[in-house]
Amino acid sequence: MSNMMEVQNLRFTYKGAAAPSLKGISLPIEKNKVTALIGPSGCGKSTLLRGMNRIHDLYPGHVYDGAIQLLNPDGESYTDILSLKKEAEMIRLRQRVGMIFQKPTPFPMTIYENIAYGLKLSGVKKRADIDEIVENSLRDAALWGEVKERLNHDARGLSGGQQQRLCIARAIALKPEVILFDEPTSALDPISTLAIEEMISVLRESYSICIVTHNMQQAARISDYTGFMYLGEMIEFDQTDNIFMKPSVKQTEDYISGRFG
Amino acid sequence: MELIFKKLSQLSAGLLFVILAATTLVLYWSAKPAIEAFGVGFLIETRWGVEEPLVAAGGQLESSDELTGSDSTDGGDDDFIDDEDDFIMDDEDASDDTTREVYGALVPIVGTIFSTLIAMLFSIPIAMGIAVFLAEIASSSIAKPVGVAIELLASIPSIIYGMWGLFYFGPFIASIFGGNTVSLLVAGLVLAIMVIPFMAALSRDAISTVPDMLKESAYAMGATKLEVIKDVVFPYAKAGIIGSIILSFGRAMGETMAVAFVIGGIYQFAGKVTDPTNSIPVVLANSFAESSGLSLSVLFYLALVLFILSFIVIGVAKFYFLRRK
Repeated sequence: MSNMMEVQNLRFTYKGAAAPSLKGISLPIEKNKVTALIGPSGCGKSTLLRGMNRIHDLYPGHVYDGAIQLLNPDGESYTDILSLKKEAEMIRLRQRVGMIFQKPTPFPMTIYENIAYGLKLSGVKKRADIDEIVENSLRDAALWGEVKERLNHDARGLSGGQQQRLCIARAIALKPEVILFDEPTSALDPISTLAIEEMISVLRESYSICIVTHNMQQAARISDYTGFMYLGEMIEFDQTDNIFMKPSVKQTEDYISGRFG
Repeated sequence: MELIFKKLSQLSAGLLFVILAATTLVLYWSAKPAIEAFGVGFLIETRWGVEEPLVAAGGQLESSDELTGSDSTDGGDDDFIDDEDDFIMDDEDASDDTTREVYGALVPIVGTIFSTLIAMLFSIPIAMGIAVFLAEIASSSIAKPVGVAIELLASIPSIIYGMWGLFYFGPFIASIFGGNTVSLLVAGLVLAIMVIPFMAALSRDAISTVPDMLKESAYAMGATKLEVIKDVVFPYAKAGIIGSIILSFGRAMGETMAVAFVIGGIYQFAGKVTDPTNSIPVVLANSFAESSGLSLSVLFYLALVLFILSFIVIGVAKFYFLRRK
């Protein structure tokens, strides 16, 4: 089995909510592939994504049920990340499962410090190592040429597209196994969007990727697998070509063809 | 309609400069006789309202420490002020006078600065702790009532803090650290207690502007709560937090009533923090009623010093902390 992650019959209820927002979702995240989640607003795709690195747990009181299996570094066994309790385990999980958000979120520090921040948190101390990883990460994020002269400038001075690529560089500096993208281009212009999309197709070679998008063309362009979600349920999950060319469920077809949603 | 609105808002903003200029001018004009009489030496002179023998016209402050009788009757005082006017208007006349009254601002200046610094020393860490707790750590069921309590505390008139400080807190502090029940330390601590809610409420508001997504990004890289607060929340909210400290500093420095109760009001340096001393606003409040002529002008000079001191503090703080943006 080459699944990096496997969501198994996940039910998720927000704190104080009467009904669950995810009603028994199952989803594989295949290794070195891009898996896209599409669906109308409020269908639960971001909720699902935020469960996969347990960022939900920053706000106590939400209820999980089911399992999210993550492949251990040995490449054979799995750990259910919903069973993690200790803070140290959560921190380790989030370093293994990186996340990119809807809007660029540069930290209030220099460009260099933004990339080095995660490394310092994870205990990398040698300056030469950090320098090397910073450069490589920026190169992988196609940002090195634009910022190498001003690594000591405040990261908030970059353009929106550059900031988002910086956030990606920051995430890959930690060498995660999975990267979760939560509508990463929703705040960007078409040119910047294209740059991010190209980057994702390159990143696929080294990482397993799950991307939430409300842009169906984007899912069609960059993903290998697509899941269509509606009202907290996974309506259809298949190879992207099948979802867009010959969906097997009527609802999927209606959504793809723009008849609802 | 648009035009009227625009003009009105322009007018309101313009009013600000008019008020600023008017305040400065009035202070300066009223202080002018004292400025001419004492010059910049006023700032380093430690005596206040003390008569000294006049050595020579214009030979002012560096003269002997010898103090001739500082007690003068009301009638004598009036005479004296007339003489003083002569002295200012006409230097040759001055040789006829045998004494003149010397005023110096150093004691209240030092008292003001140190009571404010003591207040900042204690209030900044505590207020930051409260702000972080309310904005980042407490659940909303706790943060809301505590937040309301903070705002209530911030709205208590300062005289109440003064009374409380005089009758309860001062003796309490004296029983721990010894010394007087009114002292520099008590004044600083009462000021600290007074500005903590104010500073905490403003800092909490600044911290609340940090976007959740930014904090989540840091958590998503494996940061702990402490690391997120230290590396992301504080740097992001820096401008607002420093603003809250500057405002609190200004408030502590200009505070009159609370300090008047607990600082002692004597023209003497505090050798120890538990000694009583004086502060500029307290001198002003205590002396206006019985001042006229030059002694009144001296108070305006002192007020001008406080005014400039506040300006310097805010200017320096803005320059150093808020430069990069």
